[in-house]
Amino acid sequence: MDVATLHSIHTVLMFIAFIGIFLWAYSSKRKADFDEAANLPFADEPESLDDAKGEKS
Amino acid sequence: MNMDTEYNYKVVRQFAVMTIVWGVVGMAVGVLIAAQLVWPALNFDTPWLTFSRLRPLHTNAVVFAFGGSALFATSYWVVQRTCQVKLISDKLAAFTFWGWQLVIVLAAITLPLGLTTSKEYAELEWPIDILITVVWVTYAIVFLGTIAKRKTKHIYVANWFYAAFIVVVALLHVVNSAAIPVTLTKSYSAYPGAIDAMVQWWYGHNAVGFFLTAGFLGMMYYFVPKQAGRPVYSYRLSIVHFWALIAVYMWAGAHHLHYTALPNWTQSIGMVFSLILLAPSWGGMINGMMTLSGAWHKLRTDPILRFMIVSLSFYGMSTFEGPMMAIKTVNALSHYTDWTIGHVHSGALGWVALVTFGAMYYLIPILFNKKEMHSIPLINFHFWIATIGIILYVVSMWISGIMQGLMWRAVNSDGTLTYSFIESVERMHPFFFIRFLGGVLFLTGMLVMAYNVYKTITVKKAA
Repeated sequence: MDVATLHSIHTVLMFIAFIGIFLWAYSSKRKADFDEAANLPFADEPESLDDAKGEKS
Repeated sequence: MNMDTEYNYKVVRQFAVMTIVWGVVGMAVGVLIAAQLVWPALNFDTPWLTFSRLRPLHTNAVVFAFGGSALFATSYWVVQRTCQVKLISDKLAAFTFWGWQLVIVLAAITLPLGLTTSKEYAELEWPIDILITVVWVTYAIVFLGTIAKRKTKHIYVANWFYAAFIVVVALLHVVNSAAIPVTLTKSYSAYPGAIDAMVQWWYGHNAVGFFLTAGFLGMMYYFVPKQAGRPVYSYRLSIVHFWALIAVYMWAGAHHLHYTALPNWTQSIGMVFSLILLAPSWGGMINGMMTLSGAWHKLRTDPILRFMIVSLSFYGMSTFEGPMMAIKTVNALSHYTDWTIGHVHSGALGWVALVTFGAMYYLIPILFNKKEMHSIPLINFHFWIATIGIILYVVSMWISGIMQGLMWRAVNSDGTLTYSFIESVERMHPFFFIRFLGGVLFLTGMLVMAYNVYKTITVKKAA
């Protein structure tokens, strides 16, 4: 197998991997998980900081 | 309340303060060398004050000292807060702080002395390179180890970006710094000729891609939602653009070597991958900006949020400009001109520094147990003076750079060059002055921030 064939296979594999990641990320099964993950910055508020940041808008 | 018992905030505090200190130092050196280009006498005929030695000092100070400290501070903060667990080792974390500061001090001593490998953004000689490697591996152990023992189910997306930044920078540094030492202060690259150039710009461009992009995107993914008070616009988009960014950035470095001894096909690959990079880059920009959708009114009242959103605008702009400049025919005009300097600074000042300022203004009061920054109007002032400074800088370099490129390529009908090199230098002089002015404004903003931070930390009243 020459280098060009190897590169072609590599390119196709990368393309399939990208489509795979895309389908994985956008599958409706994972919506709840991602919503939970997206809220992680807000999941941990020390009490003393509630006044400083929680009330501000 | 002593927050230190729960999380390690000491190391975050130390890095946050040094971010401000190195910001002032690094930008001041930048203003000095910008002034030297306008008034060359400002090197005072002293070898260690010449442009050639201070320029790497400036880039190392702003990228690795200012930017690096900001990344250490915010990554240690974010990983603890989103994994809900303390750093795995206070001792190792302290070692990364003192080790990194030592690297910076050694850089500040050796670069003005003219000790350099002459590789851009990797100028430090081999003993310092070894120290960097040790500190960086420790950083990776602390950061990844903390993720490993997290109490949460998910690894928040910001940590993915920080982790990519840490792992890839280790790889880049070790490969590009491979050298054969001759004496304690002199070494020769392990790679020959054009291969050395390719390795160098594989490193150089990925330093931009992973140090100045992935790391700061990690910062963006935590602090923008936090300051806006709402989760990121699309978590799914963040996953897709993360993997796309990681996969594509690695291959774009050759665009720094268009029309050189590098094989032509390698240059074309660099160009094509640079063009593809627009998509994942804009994925991040759109995700950050749209986090504010439905809450745009906050921009009117919150200068910290304004810093973050304008930084994303500059990110979007410079990641459009970059791929465009990577097109070979455009690069034929732009390469080696001031346009490149303008492009770098729209990314470095506009994106990296502004998002850092936003994150620091959020973080400093919390770290020192204060209700908010000493002065909100001063944050606002900083925002405007910094933005005007960037615009003066970038626009003057656009004009100067394009003019320079056009003058260099102008030929008379008999094939001789229309302009001598010195003629193009003469025409750039006024734009050098405008750039200096922009730098002064940006540095003024940095000094105002330092004052504001100092007052916030030292004020007696606690929240």
